[in-house]
Amino acid sequence: MKQVPAEYYQLMEQLQTVDFVLVELTLYLDTHNDDIEAINQFNHYVKERKHLKKAFESQFGPLLQFGNSYSGYPWNWDDTPWPWQV
Amino acid sequence: MNTHQKTYHPYASPFDPCKPLTEKTYSTPPHLYMGFQPPNLPQFTPAEALRAGTLWKDFYDPYFNSFERAKGGPQT
Amino acid sequence: MWIYEKKLQYPVRVSTCNPTLAKYLIEQYGGADGELAAALRYLNQRYTIPDKVIGLLTDIGTEEFAHLEMIATMVYKLTKDATPEQMKAAGLGDHYANHDGALFYQNAAGVPWTASYIAAKGDPIADLYEDIAAEEKARATYQWLINLSDDPDINDSLRFLREREIIHAQRFREAVEILKEERDRQTIF
Ligand SMILES: [Fe+2]
Repeated sequence: MKQVPAEYYQLMEQLQTVDFVLVELTLYLDTHNDDIEAINQFNHYVKERKHLKKAFESQFGPLLQFGNSYSGYPWNWDDTPWPWQV
Repeated sequence: MNTHQKTYHPYASPFDPCKPLTEKTYSTPPHLYMGFQPPNLPQFTPAEALRAGTLWKDFYDPYFNSFERAKGGPQT
Repeated sequence: MWIYEKKLQYPVRVSTCNPTLAKYLIEQYGGADGELAAALRYLNQRYTIPDKVIGLLTDIGTEEFAHLEMIATMVYKLTKDATPEQMKAAGLGDHYANHDGALFYQNAAGVPWTASYIAAKGDPIADLYEDIAAEEKARATYQWLINLSDDPDINDSLRFLREREIIHAQRFREAVEILKEERDRQTIF
């Protein structure tokens, strides 16, 4: 049975880390829409998540679908593992 | 600085069947004292924030059960 | 529309095979103050609330689905390889009789989820106060679950989820302040 390498967990946690900052800043900005520093910080992490997404997907396949990630060949969106399985 | 836990002492009758809990506690987390969040509150690093469940230190209020606290886990 | 992301919001780990814990955790899956109720409550209120707070309801409602998936992951992992005997010993015999190992939207006592857990009054203040109360009740449920659990990894995830309820309650309180204001929002402090 094929299991994901340790690097999967490391890269995933890096992504979860940056995405968590983005979730927190999103909710904050929903009630503080004129905080320019928070918006700059938000955009900084948007850029960082783009890099991390790319790095993760190049090794472990698409994170999103419906066209929000490129596909490998053969179609690899439905490859295991799913998040609750790892 | 506000405390994030309060205690009270319930009335105990001599006829209560179970050994009385003389002190009960309840949570009063930091958001109850925050009002509208001011800008530029001190932040955790991203890795700390994920573990804490919040980006801002002032909202951090970890909850531990009595076993965890007995084992020297952080106090709530 | 929504786009699924193949990733948990927080890395969920489980230390021990303990189906009894799954029985308690299901409270936050299909209970009155659980994550499903939270997600559906906020997303449903969006249609009849002032524009200023629709974004907040959308984003918190969406985050609740990520929490639902975390709870599902814990329940899944705790029961995945359990035998019928283990399920029975964990007090999940009646669950097993109906569902085998399938997850079901029910509370810890086995009561199925119902839409009457969700209020939708159409009055923005009433609905936001309902949301604040829902967050405090979910926070309390996480406290009781942490008290019941001796699994350090599960407790780590439950602490994360409890902290999120604090942040959500904070944002809903701010939403009330925004709707209360006479003019466009001035700085309060
Ligand atoms: Fe919540």
